[in-house]
Amino acid sequence: MYKAIVFLPLMGFLIAGLFGRAIGTRASQVVTTGSVLLSALLSIVAFFDVALGGNTYSIAVMQWVQSGDLVFDWALKIDTLTVVMLVVVTLVSGLVHVYSIGYMSHDPHNPRFFAYLSLFTFSMLMLVTADNFLQMFFGWEGVGLTSYLLIGFWYKRPAANAAAIKAFIVNRIGDFGFALGLFATFMVFGTVHLDTIFAAVPDVAGSSFLFLGYSFDVMNTICLLLFVGAMGKSAQFGLHTWLPDAMEGPTPVSALIHAATMVTAGVFLVARCSPMFEYAPVALAAVAIVGGVTAIFAATVGLVQNDIKRVIAYSTCSQLGYMFFALGVSAYGAAIFHLFTHAFFKALLFLGAGAVIHAMSDEQDMRKMGGLRKMIPGTYIMMVIGTIALTGFPGTAGFFSKDMVIETAYASTATGSEFAFVMGIFAALMTSFYSWRLMFMTFHGHTRADEAVFRKAHDAPASMMIPLAVLATGALLAGVFFSDLFIGEGRDGFWNGSLFILGDDIIDAAHHVPFVVKLLPFIAMLTGFLLAYQFYIRRPAMPGALAKRFSGLYAFLLNKWYFDELYDFLFVRPAFRIGRFLWKRGDGRIIDGFGPDGISALVLSVARRARALQSGYVYHYAFAMLVGVVLLVTYLLAMSGGA
Amino acid sequence: MEQSYPNLIPALPELWLALGALVLLMLGVFRTNHVRRTVNNAAALMLAVAFFLVFAVGPTHQVTFSGLFVSDGFTLFMKALVLLGSGAVLVMSKPYLVDKDIFRFEYPVLVVTATLGMLMMVSANDMLSLYLGLELQSLSLYVLAAFNRDRQRSTEAGLKYFVLGALSSGMLLYGISLIYGFSGTTNFTILAGLYSGGATPSVGVLVGLVFVLAGLAFKISAAPFHMWTPDVYEGAPTPVTAFFAAAPKIAAMALVVRLLMGTFQGLVADWQQLVVFLSIASMVVGAFLALVQTNIKRLMAYSSIGHVGFALVGLAAGTTEGVTSLLVYMAIYLSMTLGAFACILSMRHKEGMCEDISDLAGLAKNQPRMAAALAIFMFSLAGIPLLAGFFGKLLVFLAAISAGLYTLALIGVLASVVGAFYYLRIVKIMYFDEPADAFEAPESRSIGLVMGVTAALNSPLSFFLISPLVAWAGAAAGALVL
Repeated sequence: MYKAIVFLPLMGFLIAGLFGRAIGTRASQVVTTGSVLLSALLSIVAFFDVALGGNTYSIAVMQWVQSGDLVFDWALKIDTLTVVMLVVVTLVSGLVHVYSIGYMSHDPHNPRFFAYLSLFTFSMLMLVTADNFLQMFFGWEGVGLTSYLLIGFWYKRPAANAAAIKAFIVNRIGDFGFALGLFATFMVFGTVHLDTIFAAVPDVAGSSFLFLGYSFDVMNTICLLLFVGAMGKSAQFGLHTWLPDAMEGPTPVSALIHAATMVTAGVFLVARCSPMFEYAPVALAAVAIVGGVTAIFAATVGLVQNDIKRVIAYSTCSQLGYMFFALGVSAYGAAIFHLFTHAFFKALLFLGAGAVIHAMSDEQDMRKMGGLRKMIPGTYIMMVIGTIALTGFPGTAGFFSKDMVIETAYASTATGSEFAFVMGIFAALMTSFYSWRLMFMTFHGHTRADEAVFRKAHDAPASMMIPLAVLATGALLAGVFFSDLFIGEGRDGFWNGSLFILGDDIIDAAHHVPFVVKLLPFIAMLTGFLLAYQFYIRRPAMPGALAKRFSGLYAFLLNKWYFDELYDFLFVRPAFRIGRFLWKRGDGRIIDGFGPDGISALVLSVARRARALQSGYVYHYAFAMLVGVVLLVTYLLAMSGGA
Repeated sequence: MEQSYPNLIPALPELWLALGALVLLMLGVFRTNHVRRTVNNAAALMLAVAFFLVFAVGPTHQVTFSGLFVSDGFTLFMKALVLLGSGAVLVMSKPYLVDKDIFRFEYPVLVVTATLGMLMMVSANDMLSLYLGLELQSLSLYVLAAFNRDRQRSTEAGLKYFVLGALSSGMLLYGISLIYGFSGTTNFTILAGLYSGGATPSVGVLVGLVFVLAGLAFKISAAPFHMWTPDVYEGAPTPVTAFFAAAPKIAAMALVVRLLMGTFQGLVADWQQLVVFLSIASMVVGAFLALVQTNIKRLMAYSSIGHVGFALVGLAAGTTEGVTSLLVYMAIYLSMTLGAFACILSMRHKEGMCEDISDLAGLAKNQPRMAAALAIFMFSLAGIPLLAGFFGKLLVFLAAISAGLYTLALIGVLASVVGAFYYLRIVKIMYFDEPADAFEAPESRSIGLVMGVTAALNSPLSFFLISPLVAWAGAAAGALVL
């Protein structure tokens, strides 16, 4: 069954990818969507078996690598953490497949799109079921590749290509860190098998190694390197620049890859490696601080963005920050729970935004929307549900998970936890503000849209609305149903050892924080909502006035803290300069000049001179023959004379 | 040795060709050019029959005519190649000769006598039978080169070939006399016995061997005895050029191999460096000078010089493996050359035959099938992997490496890199240049047949044929090297 979960999407990809043109759009859609949905169904069964039944499995697929000391199999590691991810990945992927049937109905390259989606799903499943680091790295690179392919799916748009390349390159930086971490792990532990490593961690902890004359703590170094990988994939502060640009891809892709699944791979990685991170306090502190910074940074940028998808993208970035600082304070269960609920409401928001964009004839700028509530009431309801879940309205999924994350930060005594707590509260305020800003600008007030476009606006077809409804259900109810298992009384039995915590369980402490702390996120949320209401419903002129008044700050936020410009100045332009230098001078003059061009010129000049010997005169030819004989005889005599 | 009459059976193919050539000649002389078509067809048929007779004689080791004539697995292999080459050229010749108005009955007769000479060269077991066969072949070829006697270039080619050929024959004879003078025999078997035990030869024998080698190097056009090749290839009528490039090279190569590996194998240490020298010189000359050619026949001349160099790499190894690789190389070379010349013989405009490389421009658009075939030959000649030419080169280089001749193998690889340029240039001209005037559709089915069959042999299909060929060549080499 577990093999089926993993390999069904691969089968769908192969069929749609290889024979997509032959079997046509409809068949490709049916094959890929069917296989992923079946996989999702099996995942739910697996969830009951593993997470609730308390079983764990290790399923060998085949022997993979046998090279010197490096021996490992291709195997599936199935525990609670895995099945949670399985459910998230396959369920959201299945819904996105269904949604895409409607959303992409006008696109001529449907088979390719669905093939990519299925390949992505397979890669993601490889990642989460990995039994060893290399297999995880395979999935890691696989999702990176498919992310690149899907962001650049509309390859005729230069912006899409640029965004795809950007995503790929920024991810490479993170992947480089991951790879280094992997090498270091193999160097220290002599294996890449996860369970073996985890068992050996306590013995290694505290030891250090020398590099360039400096002494480094082994576990901290490894975990920091792995975290760099997680930062790249999960768009954490510093390596986040690709995520907003990735919105150039089709919206279902944004929902699947850039909200629910791939960007959470970093969170998964840290959670999976919790037995290692627990012995690396410095790395954990770094995780907490980076998470806190990302949460607040992305939220501030989200305040002023005008592109509906970019707002949600920054929101994703911010929410990932929440997950990371939860990880940083050892609240792995809370982080994964937030990942779980976030997948529902963020996918819902993205797909809802997709429905809005669909209704508005591909318009993404919120300044050209407004008043859509009456035109697309179904979508409106879905978006409201997504928003209240995201902002953490009591009873919704986000309420349970986000508040728990903030409370653990308060309860923790680990380095960086106070910082993370403060950031979390402020970010919650801003989350509420920008989410409602999005809602008000899009659905309320008078429309600023083109008359014709506005009139044509209509709710999406059923294939798009049904996934929204499923996700909305999850966004509303996932908290109520699962909070006990993930972070409540039943959590020990639920996680069943798949997450490791050294010392006291922080979630336990989080349940006993003062009531004021529990109330704070709610107050922040309410404040944000009221501010947004004031700004965009009661006094619509206010935002403009404020933006003018604080034009410097506004521009700073609008330009995303000038990160792109900074990177352009620091890295991109120097890289181009080096590249141009090596190309023109290094390659063109030196290598070509002395290499291919020089040699070919030499060869030709030799050939031209040699041709002159071919004079056409018989006596020249005869002379050459005689010279040849003389040479040969002389040589022979010299040789035998010597002997 | 009680037998008063020599055993004629081993020489059956030669006898058949000799008698047949005389009959054809008489037929032509008395019935003049009315029967030229009949004579041509009959000659082709005779070559075919001779081909079967070669196999009928079989690979058993037989010596006859008082030790002058030998027949074994090696001669079987080489004679088969020679007859294939001659026969293929003969059936392809007619359209060109008709076009140039030189389709006369002497042509097929001369091809048959030349082939007879080659068969005798292959079967020579004595310096004298060697010389006899060589001269019979050469005299026929001199006339063939000048066959278009009203054209200055053709007569010039014939004359040049004759004068230089006479010089080489002189060297050969001088070498033979030296060997006879210092060893007391001209018989290969006896000579082999003299030096197989590691006896130190006298200097005279060695010098004689060098002269004999020089004479033969002229025939296989190994540098520095190659100078005649481009001029003669360009001047001679194209079918004759094709003939030159195919059959005589094989026969002369057979002689070189028999002489060095069969007869003077005991002196490997002495002649190995000479062969290395000839090989390197030929590869370099072939690779570099072909770069600046504009006439495709001249290009093929340098190409053939280069390929002889590659084949000699196998011989330089001085091992059975090396001889095997040489034989395989020659077989593949034959198919590549015949195919390429089949294409060249199809290069015909309205105004007549043409032979400039630039005439091939855009051939892929005008005649895609011929362009594809020629592209296969060029890729194969260049030694691009999966085509037959690649396997040939691979085997000779492997043989050289296992014999420890690393420098030679390295130079060979470098030369083939340079050589790849001009072969690929032709492909580029055919496929990427603006089309020149289209060629006339070929009239002769036999040219198309040769082109198709050789193209198939050189295509990646050769992958399946290469191991039986290597096995056969190995058996042939084993029959020679005792």
